Amino acid sequence: MPSLPDMNTPEVAELARMQGAHAHPPVPAPDAGEQALFECLLRIGDSTLVLGHRVSEWCGHSPALEEDIALANVALDLIGQTQNWLALAAEVEGQDRSADDLAYLRDAWDFRNLLLVERPNGDFGHTLMRQFLFDAWHHEFLKGAAASTDPRVAEIAAKAAKEVAYHLERTSDLIVRLGDGTAESHRRMAAAVEALWSYTGEMFLADAKDAEIAARGILPDPASLREPWLATVGAVFAEATLALPDSAFAHKGGKQGIHTEHLGYILAEMQFLQRAYPGASW
Amino acid sequence: MYAQVVKSEGSKTRDEMTPEELAFQDRIDRGEKIEPKEWMPEGYRKTLIRQIGQHAHSEIVGQLPEGNWITRAPTLERKAILLAKVQDEAGHGLYLYSAAETLGVSRDELMELLHAGKMKYSSIFNYPTLTWADMGAVGWLVDGAAIMNQVPLQRTSYGPYSRAMIRICKEESFHQRQGYAIMMKMAQGTPAQKRMAQDALNRLWYPSLMMFGPSDKDSVHSAQSMAWKIKMNTNDELRQKFVDQTVPQAEYLGLTVPDPDLKWNEEKGGYDFSEPDWSEFYDVLAGNGPCNKDRLGARVKAWEDGAWFRDALVVHAEKAAARRAVAAE
Ligand SMILES: [Fe+2]
Ligand SMILES: [Fe+2]
Repeated sequence: MPSLPDMNTPEVAELARMQGAHAHPPVPAPDAGEQALFECLLRIGDSTLVLGHRVSEWCGHSPALEEDIALANVALDLIGQTQNWLALAAEVEGQDRSADDLAYLRDAWDFRNLLLVERPNGDFGHTLMRQFLFDAWHHEFLKGAAASTDPRVAEIAAKAAKEVAYHLERTSDLIVRLGDGTAESHRRMAAAVEALWSYTGEMFLADAKDAEIAARGILPDPASLREPWLATVGAVFAEATLALPDSAFAHKGGKQGIHTEHLGYILAEMQFLQRAYPGASW
Repeated sequence: MYAQVVKSEGSKTRDEMTPEELAFQDRIDRGEKIEPKEWMPEGYRKTLIRQIGQHAHSEIVGQLPEGNWITRAPTLERKAILLAKVQDEAGHGLYLYSAAETLGVSRDELMELLHAGKMKYSSIFNYPTLTWADMGAVGWLVDGAAIMNQVPLQRTSYGPYSRAMIRICKEESFHQRQGYAIMMKMAQGTPAQKRMAQDALNRLWYPSLMMFGPSDKDSVHSAQSMAWKIKMNTNDELRQKFVDQTVPQAEYLGLTVPDPDLKWNEEKGGYDFSEPDWSEFYDVLAGNGPCNKDRLGARVKAWEDGAWFRDALVVHAEKAAARRAVAAE
């Protein structure tokens, strides 16, 4: 039996030599500014991709034909926006990758989506609440991004903002109707708020990359979106007779690539064909 | 087809018809459209409800086999195209339920009949979609077969049904082309992709031929439906047309139609081909297809799980109306 190297070797270099490790060729570091923009574009593009995936899981299974149509529409908008955001991210990265490469050939730790969007669908009320909480943020985010100093960002955001204004109108209306519907619908919507609230805080937390991109006027400062978001959510909840939680606890990590267990399964499903048949063209 | 074995009511000779029925038949023979508020024989109304209802159910159950691949679509563009297609099918269901409603039956009533197993949907949707090539083959063959039947139905005698068909046909031909585009990619792709494409054709060829229903050249039901112009061709005519159109398309893809007896018949100007296994067809209709339980189960679950949602919308609307009434006092 081959003997394992002695882990007590004081010299790390010696340990590496014993393990037969090779020195890696240095990877050229991308320009730090472009790196921050790339990351921030993934944060939005991955969020729309993962939410689009979740929404599309409802296709043919929703409570009414009108909802099947509306959900497919939302998913289509989100996937279309993903194509734009990830194509721009790939262009900024400059490593000759496509939007599809980014969507289908990265593992979970390289995804930068918000944790909120990877939460499972739950019942239909849960899905609508997740969508509403996201839409209210997404709408503010896109309004800010539409005024970007980067014309490529401004163009994508302006187009998406029109779609998302409609998403928000639809979910606001449904949250009111379900919150102020039957006792059961109220209970379900309150449970959804309770389950999802702690995943909303992440939308407003900035790290150094967000701060840099906001300082350059490319994307809005995440913290600046909290107040208008809360105003929208507060007004809708009041009409829906739903209580606004006072907990400020926020799960975080999605924007830095530390996800919940759910993302791995989403990607296993989404990426199956690209992974099983590498290099094929579809 | 999407409405495969529709029992027709009626079948009277001109001598047996009342003056009203005679006048009605004359209008149809002149190519006039019948509109919802106009007089119609009870048998015409009932047969139409059955046919349109079955067609509507097929559209919504038809979301399921393709919905099965949305989350696994291999590129963002393919995902978007598939989503749009499945969305179209839901829209077709909506147009058709609306057309049926003009005949005095509500969407909810029709859905309940579907869920209770008292109304059918097309047998084709009881087959599974097992590989991505099935997304190509379904568009190419299933939407292709649907178009065969629905293009002539644009000229059907019942106005709302005819108008629904006109809207639907435009989208269906889109679906068929998109399906064929997927098949082309697969047939020209890697060996594994070609294998998937051939496998999809092997599995879906005969079920697609079954979509037209068994031969009805001697059926009195079909004769009555054709006299009323709610059925425009016999099942055999449409099946022949479908085979004649599809075989060259398969050849162009470099795929083999799974029928050793398929051959061109110069005399009739069409292909001779093998009949599908009709005992399998009747098994599927009786609920024993590979996916009957899953498909209907998924629809029933969606309906039952969504009851609280639909109820809440009704209750909210009542509350809002009551509040408006108080405010108006
Ligand atoms: Fe359709
Ligand atoms: Fe279709």
